[in-house]
Amino acid sequence: MAKARFSYTPENIFTCVGRKTLTFLEDVGGLALLVKDIFLSLPKAFSRFHLTAEQMLVMGVNSLPLVALVSVFTGAVTAVQAVYQIQDFIPMRYLGTAVGKAILIELAPVLTALVVAGRVGAGIAAELGTMKVTEQIDALKTMALDPVEYLVAPRFVAGLVMLPVLTIFSDAIALAGGVGISATALNVPPHVFLNSLKTFFKTMDLMSGLSKAFVFGSIISIIGCYQGFRTKGGAEGVGRSATKAVVMASVLILIADYVVASILFG
Amino acid sequence: MNSWSPNSLGKQSMIEINGVQKSFRDNHVLRGVDLTINKGETTVILGRSGCGKSVLLKLIMGLMKPDQGEILVNGDNVASMNDKQLSGLRQKFGMLFQASALFDSMTVDENVGLGLREHTKLPEPEVRQRVAEKLKMVGLSAVEHQKPAALSGGMKKRVGLARAIAMDPEYVLYDEPTTGLDPIMADVINELIISLRNTLTITSIAVTHDIVSAYKIADRIAMLYEGKIIFVGTPDEVKNTDHAVVRQFIEGSSQGPIPAL
Ligand SMILES: Nc1ncnc2c1ncn2[C@@H]1O[C@H](COP(=O)(O)OP(=O)(O)O)[C@@H](O)[C@H]1O
Ligand SMILES: [Mg+2]
Repeated sequence: MAKARFSYTPENIFTCVGRKTLTFLEDVGGLALLVKDIFLSLPKAFSRFHLTAEQMLVMGVNSLPLVALVSVFTGAVTAVQAVYQIQDFIPMRYLGTAVGKAILIELAPVLTALVVAGRVGAGIAAELGTMKVTEQIDALKTMALDPVEYLVAPRFVAGLVMLPVLTIFSDAIALAGGVGISATALNVPPHVFLNSLKTFFKTMDLMSGLSKAFVFGSIISIIGCYQGFRTKGGAEGVGRSATKAVVMASVLILIADYVVASILFG
Repeated sequence: MNSWSPNSLGKQSMIEINGVQKSFRDNHVLRGVDLTINKGETTVILGRSGCGKSVLLKLIMGLMKPDQGEILVNGDNVASMNDKQLSGLRQKFGMLFQASALFDSMTVDENVGLGLREHTKLPEPEVRQRVAEKLKMVGLSAVEHQKPAALSGGMKKRVGLARAIAMDPEYVLYDEPTTGLDPIMADVINELIISLRNTLTITSIAVTHDIVSAYKIADRIAMLYEGKIIFVGTPDEVKNTDHAVVRQFIEGSSQGPIPAL
């Protein structure tokens, strides 16, 4: 079927805006229903713990190398740029505080989540999307198994648990990166860096980052599953779903970051 | 739920399709399908590609809901069942999908044994034994630990069949069981369907456009055309009919009342 070329008549523009609005509302409604179903089926994620454990492995353990790589550079660049920003008016012995807080509160949780959204969110959408277009989801239903219980709940729980774990891991590696670069290139020895980190450390710094990770983890798995279930039309559709999952999850992660921060610090 | 209905009197284990309509946007796929499936029989629904055969099977399994009409299984309307009733219904059904739809993250053993492991409390050795038994019925052995990706098309179909009958269902739905198979493998599948009907007294619906297979496995053949069942009869009645549409279809001619394109 040949598609007519889009021309910018007022009707077309209204149709276009209207259609986008409808899609948006459809997504909101669809996600709300999915979240409801997930909570109803949570008990099953524990009774079928092997499925959840498998997802934890895929999401958590297999993401470690990538998260480590991103974190070490994040820690290092934060230290280098903090020095550039504060050197004229703040003594270097406070470098550890500045770098540490930035990492714990913001950088480790958000960057870990974005990396995992790209790696795992896309993976979930592609896997469930393939199952959808090859009728495996229908097959599951005909065997009287609920796809939300069987596929979504384990991924949801795994995301919820593994994102905070990955974030703690990222915290540690990023701080190590910061300490390393400070000692080798910025003339701030490790004990000075760590002392200032300790002196001004508040439990809230760590906890706020972990609360964010909790939220980000659920966003990644819910969006991945949602886009997977909505997949239509073969391999092309699977690719589209994976892309949409990453974009949607990343946007929601940044919005949720702001929301959680305003609740915790506002 | 009230399980009594006029249809369940005397004739148990059967499926009644009454005036079923289903559209996707302005694509009116089913336009009032009426068909009764008798207990212990194999009913074959013939129709061209894209005429709505798979949709009809999905409606029977409750994977989609009809826009109009009803589908009664043992007198109960599938579309108005709640999740629990639907789950109970589905445990009595086995379905062979057109492209097998094996779970590709699972081994053959896990695919075939999934229902047994999830819905029964059978001990693991018993499950394994039943899985091996069903695989043997479809002529497979020593494939338990393979992933579906490693199997040929014919083997996938047979694993799909083993999975469909693993829970000893009362009904089996076959979606194009022989399409895409070489003629010899197609005949193996036909023989399997016949022996399942004879040994396990399963009530079956097979949808296909393979006439040879239809003649071989069917007790009754129904023809789906332009969204309706236009003909029902035994294989012999089909062979001898002078219904123009049916004749054109079974003769595989591009000339006749059915437009070729
Ligand atoms: N989920 C769906 N959404 C939209 N259209 C569908 C869907 N499923 C089937 N159709 C359409 O319904 C028609 C019949 O499809 P199907 O039942 O798969 O045909 P077949 O008889 O070959 O099995 C086709 O035109 C198909 O495009
Ligand atoms: Mg089909």
